Amino acid sequence: MKSSSLRRTALPAVAILTVGLTLAACGDNSSSGSSTSGGGTLNGGGATSQANAQTVWRADYQKANGGTINYEEVGSGTGVTNFTSKAYSFAGTDAFLTDEQMTAAAKSCASDVVEVPAYVSPIAVAFNLPGVKSLNLDSQTIADIFNGKVTTWNDQEIASQNSGVKLPSTAITTVHRSDESGTTFNFTEYLNKTSPSAWPYPANTVWPAKGGQGADGTSGVIGVLSDTEGAIGYADDSAVTAAGDLGVVSIKVGSSYNPPSATGAAQVLEASPPAPNQPATSMATQIDRTATAKGDYPLMLASYLLACQKYSDSGTADMVKGYLTYVVSPAGQQAAAKTAGSAPLTPALSQKATSIVSQIAAS
Amino acid sequence: MTATVSPEKAGPDTTPPTTRRGDRTFAAITRLAAFTILGVLVAVFVFLAIEGWSGFTSVPDTYAPFTSFVSYIWPLVVSTILASAIAVIVAVPFAVGIALFVSHYAPPRLASVLAYMIDLLAAVPSVVFGLWGGRYLAGYLQPFQVWLHDHFGFLPFFGPGPPTPNGRSLFTAGIVLAIMILPIITAITREIFVQTPTLQEEAALALGATRWEMIRYAVFPYARSGMVSAVMLGLGRALGETMAVAMILATTPEVTLNVVGTASPATIAANIALNYKEATPERQSLLIATGLVLFLATFLVNFTARWITGRNQRKLAR
Repeated sequence: MKSSSLRRTALPAVAILTVGLTLAACGDNSSSGSSTSGGGTLNGGGATSQANAQTVWRADYQKANGGTINYEEVGSGTGVTNFTSKAYSFAGTDAFLTDEQMTAAAKSCASDVVEVPAYVSPIAVAFNLPGVKSLNLDSQTIADIFNGKVTTWNDQEIASQNSGVKLPSTAITTVHRSDESGTTFNFTEYLNKTSPSAWPYPANTVWPAKGGQGADGTSGVIGVLSDTEGAIGYADDSAVTAAGDLGVVSIKVGSSYNPPSATGAAQVLEASPPAPNQPATSMATQIDRTATAKGDYPLMLASYLLACQKYSDSGTADMVKGYLTYVVSPAGQQAAAKTAGSAPLTPALSQKATSIVSQIAAS
Repeated sequence: MTATVSPEKAGPDTTPPTTRRGDRTFAAITRLAAFTILGVLVAVFVFLAIEGWSGFTSVPDTYAPFTSFVSYIWPLVVSTILASAIAVIVAVPFAVGIALFVSHYAPPRLASVLAYMIDLLAAVPSVVFGLWGGRYLAGYLQPFQVWLHDHFGFLPFFGPGPPTPNGRSLFTAGIVLAIMILPIITAITREIFVQTPTLQEEAALALGATRWEMIRYAVFPYARSGMVSAVMLGLGRALGETMAVAMILATTPEVTLNVVGTASPATIAANIALNYKEATPERQSLLIATGLVLFLATFLVNFTARWITGRNQRKLAR
């Protein structure tokens, strides 16, 4: 009796296991077969902001050259850590390396560290007010709103910059990222650099101010903005455009108000001074948040790719070099702009990045 | 941990000693299974302790926007307790009601369908609950929360401060958690209600008890310890639930008891999930340290529950 009931449950279980294992084995065979036909495998990862662009770059590169390139969206911090521990051959990071990180990475590479901008994107300040599609705000007002000082949409501080726009008395709900994020870092840096008196908090990946609602990730912020009348938040411009129905703030640059623009962001990056203490292979840039040239949009994010200048293995060196060359090339930048909504590097930056990447070689 | 070991120790004592090979093999397999669990628990604890140790005493910058470990974790602890409390308060009456209906009131065919549906609820992934709760349910619960704020705003749980503009509050998170822990509490209490000795039930009825009195005097006393265990398992899930809370709750680092306000601090588990990805190594240690606190807190809750159950059983035995 007992043994027969055991058999009744055991038999199907064994059968399922066998089928499953067979299928898994089949899967293994086919995938390993396809990967050996092309080139090697390259492992990388890091900043989540680059995820969409990386998907396009990887697909394009693999189609042209074969091989497999992996990009894990583990976040900038883990990306840098894994790059330094050699788990990744390349990494993406939203913040350029600190001096200590650079020293550690260079030691692990046993060469200089290549750090090139790969993904530049304007950050939009978006809001949900039926009937209002665009507003002019200076950074002081944006800081006051996110600080909880300005609490209704018809506040004098907003109205004075938007004559002719009918503003409701709706309460303002500010929305920020609840996860640590490079977008938050760049947004808070912009506010701190342009209006230090209204926004005393230094740039941080963690939202520093009190009040407001935190939402998980870019999609989370967009979701809350779409669901909540009177809400205002910040997110990657491409995500705001994709959402469609949100109003977008034109920020005050010099004496004019500029809406988010890819060219505006790219030209700010080109005009910004390099970060101090960087090796010749690094293009780390201290973004000039107070830029005032025509069309500038200094509220932006520049995400970098990290690689070693020298690799012990020539196969890896060639693949990293090939991949990064494509990423910073005009073609690669255009591909990302088309699908991820990023700002293509200016020709000058693209050329400089290409010449740095071309020096990657086997040691 | 001792509680996990004791049934394993008690088992072999009651069975007569045996020398058959099959029996010995099987006993060895069960022993291996039991000790594997212990091993895993110890491994998790060791990992949390080693990786998180430096998180307790790091440089003040690590605890931004706060400056010390205690001030960093305190808001998270308050939110974790509040969310779980709402979940248990809402879920337990429903779960006991459903379990009683299924075990004692419903016609057999309806009962089996209903039981099956409740079990199905347990199969819905928490991400789906998170999406549904944040984008859909929150909007419907929002007017009710404004009502709570307007009429009971004098209580610290529903005021002060403006009510939530979109329903993404700790209240909504607690309701979704309640839905998520409902199946496990229902399933366990149902099993125990069914096991009530029929003789006792019939005796109660024969003495002239109504059906409700029979349940009160025959079923509940018999099932009490099992009900407490069921609630504790549900509470454990609520304490540790991550994705649903992370996706629903509008977060802010301010400590607040107000569960219908604009935003509340994240729970410990949700905070780890939200921040781990982009965290620096120091912050990762900090997050792991908060995980250690949650791990120990969950243990504490379980031990307390077992102690209470044990005391009740001792009382009943007397």
